[in-house]
Formats: sequence, structure tokens, C-alpha cells
Amino acid sequence: MSKTGSSYSAGVKDYRHTYWEPNYPVKDTDLLACFKITPQAGVPREEAAAAVAAESSTGTWTTVWTDLLTDLEYYKGRAYRIEDVPGDPSCFYAFIAYPIDLFEEGSVVNVLTSLAGNVFGFKAIRALRLEDVRFPLAYVMTCGGPPHGIAVERDIMNKYGRPLLGCTIKPKLGLSAKNYGRAVYECLRGGLDFTKDDENVNSQPFMRWRQRFDFVAEAVKKAEAETGERKGHYLNATAPTPEEMYKRAEHAKALEMPIIMHDFLTGGFCAHTGLANWCRNNGILLHVHRALHAVLDRDRHHGIHFRVLAKCLRLSGGDHLHSGTVVGKLEGDREATLGWIDLMREKFVPENRGRGIFFDQDFGFMPGLFPVASGGIHVWHIPALVAIFGDDSVMQFGGGTLGHPWGNAAGACANRVALEACVEARNQGRQVEKEGKEILIAAARTSPELKAAMETWKEIKFEFDTVDKLDLAHA
Amino acid sequence: MSQMQDYKSRLSDPASRKFGTFSYLPAMTPERIRKQVEFIVRRGWTPALEHVEPSQLMHDYWYMWKLPLFGETDVDRVLAEAEACHKANPDNHVRLVGYDKLKQTQGAAMVVFRGKTV
Repeated sequence: MSKTGSSYSAGVKDYRHTYWEPNYPVKDTDLLACFKITPQAGVPREEAAAAVAAESSTGTWTTVWTDLLTDLEYYKGRAYRIEDVPGDPSCFYAFIAYPIDLFEEGSVVNVLTSLAGNVFGFKAIRALRLEDVRFPLAYVMTCGGPPHGIAVERDIMNKYGRPLLGCTIKPKLGLSAKNYGRAVYECLRGGLDFTKDDENVNSQPFMRWRQRFDFVAEAVKKAEAETGERKGHYLNATAPTPEEMYKRAEHAKALEMPIIMHDFLTGGFCAHTGLANWCRNNGILLHVHRALHAVLDRDRHHGIHFRVLAKCLRLSGGDHLHSGTVVGKLEGDREATLGWIDLMREKFVPENRGRGIFFDQDFGFMPGLFPVASGGIHVWHIPALVAIFGDDSVMQFGGGTLGHPWGNAAGACANRVALEACVEARNQGRQVEKEGKEILIAAARTSPELKAAMETWKEIKFEFDTVDKLDLAHA
Repeated sequence: MSQMQDYKSRLSDPASRKFGTFSYLPAMTPERIRKQVEFIVRRGWTPALEHVEPSQLMHDYWYMWKLPLFGETDVDRVLAEAEACHKANPDNHVRLVGYDKLKQTQGAAMVVFRGKTV
């Protein structure tokens, strides 16, 4: 049997002969991936790692004669390192390097089709999770990235020196367009910067998109005139077809709205990247929702980690992306969250296993985007959110604005007062997370709206254990 | 639970207009202004002052007071310029800005003297 060379020999051979290369020197231009592999019983680690490398690159289950017509030595993915997963002997990490020309330029679609394609159904492994991907800078440069980025959004919206504030309009389904616009107007006149279509608000029979866009535009414009501040509503352009999506985006532009939104996973990366390009060309900000992410990223042994989805979104394009809150009703470990918000915002993110970052990632000049902390948050969470997220973030309320006993405007005002009090205190050098209670109580002395909010939500907490924890050996 | 209140904000009332960060808190006091200047200087940002007629506050460009105080780390000198800007334009909003040249944005921006709105 010849392993390589020019003679053709039919049959099945071990993957590790071709795809396991422990001494491979990684190139700066290689795309690197870290998979967590749970092999079937009896399959050696090197063989399982090599199989994943093969199935996510050039390999198929048997040798074929056309293999000899190309330089497979060059094009193959290589498993080059194996590591234990701390505290979990059922699985291990495999590091795989792919040559850059396996992937079409500027195509997150193509990268995921290889790295998260057929290989995930492969029989030799019981479960497979894509933990992290290092996109080489040479590949990053081929992607459009955020249509505007953080600094440009601040200039467009004229908001500096603090996190931005948003609210998702509820009930998420069932309101008429005119009543919906009322809820938007009340939030914005009360002091929020943004309101948002909930992700499942598209264009249902009770509220078609055109009427929603029209009424919301009036709400935004009136709130701007009344408060003297710039306002926006994330008009959801997510649609059944790209043609319909662009039609909605064009209407938002005709109404002179500053921002629209899209669901990047349910809409798909092809549609999403196209819309991000449209936003860049038309000067409209893009808020990105992540419905479907928990289906992909919550299981510790199978799927795609959110940090990979976040990187992919940054390359595909978006000015905001939901990140979890650490403190609210939805899943999210603090250190892991800090890891992926770095991936959204920073130019260069160094490897940091304590935050689940497996590779250095260089984004070059690609702008960063705002992480959006959304899900079950209210005024009492604001001190912690300021400490965790810093200024370059959006705090996205829902019930925490709309559930105020005096209505949306008062709820919005309470959110804004609480935020400004915490930012001022932080600038003064105070420890906002520790002193949060005193800071809020002091601010409420001159804000009856905040006082009422604090009375309403005092006891609400969400303290369940996180399902997806970082793989760290805990003493 | 407190008694329900109406949210007092009117198109017809110029006092309803807000002006960015900290405009939902009570007007700044000298001690509070000093702490924010200290913050800007501590961060290595460039302090700057600008002002505008309250009726024109939505404009991107307010009137720049002299030039940004490049390299100025003396808090008292920054405060003196803010005071001078306010004295020369007593009816205008006066904003203190901290330019962050690394991020190419304003790291801080706040109205430290509120203009006359009626």
C-alpha cells in the first residue's frame, strides 16, 4: 500500500495517515479551528481528530482516483494538536489548520459550510462542537464587516460617554401598528435612545410591516422634536425572501429612519451579508438579533460556540449584536461573556483560556460593534451592567421599561436616570457594582420615576446555574 | 407605592429638551463638574468646550470655544475655561467634551452649564 505519491490504490485507509500532522508549523494565513470532539468508544483521539480535519476539508470516506489530479498535500486540513478538556474525560480538543484558499473570499457562508457542514453528522464521533475559529487577517480583510461600527454610530446618533439604552416593545405579538407606535413614542420621549421590534415581529396579519414602519417613523420623529435628542427604532427587515427584505429596508430609508434590524441566523448569512452591505451603502445602522443561537451554542458537547457565531457576524456585518447580560433572565457566564464581547469590540483579542478564547484574533482595521445586553433587565441591574459592559454597549430593556407602574415614558426615564447616575459615579472613581444600591437610592431622590421603578422590581433576580459553563477545572 | 404621576414633556415646552449624557440628572454643581474634568484628564483625553443656543441644540456642530485644550492636565485651568465660556455666553448650553484620539470619538460629553430655555 502506498500512502502518498503517484500510484492509485483503491480502498479505505486511516485518516490519521494523511490528516494528523502533530509537527505542522501553523502559517499566519491558515484558518485555525478548535473542535471539542467526543469520539465513539474505541476510536483513538488522533484518528477522530484526523477524521474531523478530513471531513471538514478535502477528504471523503474512500480514496478516489481524482485525488491524484490535485495537490492534496497542500489543500488538506491538518489536525496539529490535541488537548485534554479540563474536568471532562469524555472529550478532547482538536486543533485543525486549513489553508486559506479552501474558502471563498468574504464568505462566512463558505467557511461554515466546510467547518460546520457534513462533519457534524459524521458517525465516528458521538458529538462535535466548534469551540473557536482563528480567521487569519488576510481573510478578515476580504469581509465587509460592520456597516458602520461603534465610533460612527456614536457620531450618527450623537451619543457619547455612556452606554446606549433600548427597549423591546411588548407584547411581542398582537398589537396593531398604531398602538405599537404609541408604545415606541412613549419609550423614546421618556429618555431611551432606541426601541426595537421583537425578533418574531416581521409582517403578520395583525400588523403588516408597512404600517408598523409608518407609525413608528412618526413616533421617532415626534420624540426627537420633543426631547431634542436623536432616536431610533430597530425596524425588523427580516423577511421570507431577500427581495422582500430589501423592499422593507428601502422603505425604512425612505422614512429617514437611522437603523434597521435583521435576524442573522434564521435569515441566513447570505441574506445577512447582503443586507449589511446595503446598510453600508445607504448609511443605515444595522441591529442584529440572534434567534436560533441557543439551538446551536448551548450544548457543551455539540454545536457551535457563540464566540464563533459572534466572530462570523462581525465579519458578515452588523452594528449591534445581542450578547447576553450575565445578570438577566437568559444564559451567560460572566467570563465567557467578557470573552465574546471582546470579540465584538476590540481590534485584537489575545488568546485567553480563562475567557474561552483559544486563539489570538486580529481584526485589523475592521470596526467593532455594540454588544446588546438584553433579557430580563431592569434598573437594579444597571450598576452591574455598567461595570461589566462599559460604555460601548446597548442596554436593552423590555418589561424593565414597559412594566413601570406609570407607563413607558416613566419607565424609560427611570432607566435613563439610573444609567446616568451610575456612569457619573463610575467617572468619579466609585465602584458602581459594589455601591450600586447607594448610587440608585441617591439618584431616586430627585427622580420619582426611578423611585417607583426601584419599588416595583426590588426583589426580582435570576439566579439559576449556567448550563454551558467554560471548561475550567474548578478546585 | 408612590402615587402615579403624569410624565411632563411637551413639544411646546422648551424645557422638555434634553442634551445628552447627564441631562436627566440635576444640573451640575461645581464639585460635580470638577470630578468629571478630573476623569477626563485621568483618562488622557483632551478637554474641550463648546456652546450653543438652546433652540439649536440638535446641531452636530456647536460653537467651539477657542481650541481644545491639548495637553492640558491642570483641572483648574480647564474649569476656568469652562467658566469663561459660560460667562461670555450666559444663555447658552456649555458642553465639556473629552476627545479620545485613540478611539476617534468623544469619550465624554456633558453639558456643564445649562442655558436659558424660556
